[in-house]
Parts: sequence; C-alpha cells; structure tokens
Amino acid sequence: MILGKVTGTVVTTVSHPQFKNRKLLVVRPLVFPGDQVDEDFIAIDHAQAGVGDTVLVNREGGGARQVLNSPDACIISVIVGIVDSIAIEQ
Amino acid sequence: MLLGIVKGTAISTLKYQGIEGLKLLVVQPVNRKLEPVGAIQVAVDVVQAGPGDLCVMVRSREAALAMPEIKFVPVDLALVGIVDQLNIKPDGELDITITKGVTGYA
Repeated sequence: MILGKVTGTVVTTVSHPQFKNRKLLVVRPLVFPGDQVDEDFIAIDHAQAGVGDTVLVNREGGGARQVLNSPDACIISVIVGIVDSIAIEQ
Repeated sequence: MLLGIVKGTAISTLKYQGIEGLKLLVVQPVNRKLEPVGAIQVAVDVVQAGPGDLCVMVRSREAALAMPEIKFVPVDLALVGIVDQLNIKPDGELDITITKGVTGYA
C-alpha cells in the first residue's frame, strides 16, 4: 500500500460496468523532500475521500477485488483509508 | 489505473483465440498535465472510444478482466472509461512531501 494525496477528480459517463457508481480520484504519491515526484494515478474511492485528503491506497488487483467484493472487477488501485497522521522517526 | 489519449486504431487480422472481435486502439499514456509519458501503446477498447478521446485505462491482469466475455485472454491494457471532466489541483497547491516527526492531517 502507498501513501498519497488526492489531487483531483475524474468524471466518466461512458465507462465499464464495473466502474458504474464508483468515484474515481486522482492520487499523487507522497515523497520525501527532494525526491522525484511520481506520476499521478487514478484510484477508485472506497473510503469517502476528497480532494486534499492524505490517503492509503492499495495498488494491487487481488486486494482491490477483495475490498470491492467483486471477483472479476477490472480495478487495480483502491483508496482504502484516510490518513490521520504519519510519524517518521529516522 | 492511468490516463491516455486515443491516437488511432490498430487492426490485426490474425489474433490469439479469445481476442477476436475486440477493438484495438493506439493510445498515448499521459500525465496530469496531459503531457505524453512513454511510448504509444495498444489498448483493447470496451467503451467505444474514438480518436482524440481522453480515457481511463487499466493495466496488467485486470485489463483482461475488463473484457466482455472471455476473461482469460492475453491483454494487458484496456480502455475502461471515457473522461468527461478532469479536475486536478495545480502543482504546489497541495503539499505532497513527508517530513520527519509526526504530521497530522485530520
């Protein structure tokens, strides 16, 4: 799972049946200062997240299918939590 | 899952069994600013997209799961949604760095 920040929303009217009634959000992975910023990706929201929230994202299909309770969902990235705080010690 | 812009169609007459009849599109993966990222790729279309459309795509095994009938097919990029609206905060507006110590987001 990775930590990311929700940076935007995607609206699709024509989409795969598995994407119907699901919210698509754009997520940018968190990085340490000075590190190269990764590309944004799109994730299905399963935690009622919104733009600006720091989120926990599962980026693996098996876990996504389990979370969405759909054995043949064509979904890889799912937002599974909203982060309250992060503690970095080293 | 990622964004891409449809550039054209690809036609292949000789195909592996299970992927006959599927529409192949040539797509350019793009980043949040809709700038090209990497080389052009071929995606299987399941939403009837056309050239110029901005789309949501899914990679890897899940692309094969997006197919309408047979799910056990050699497909690794599928086009699963046509984007109508894309609202992304500009760079710098949101802090995406993690710093030492405890950072609260609530």
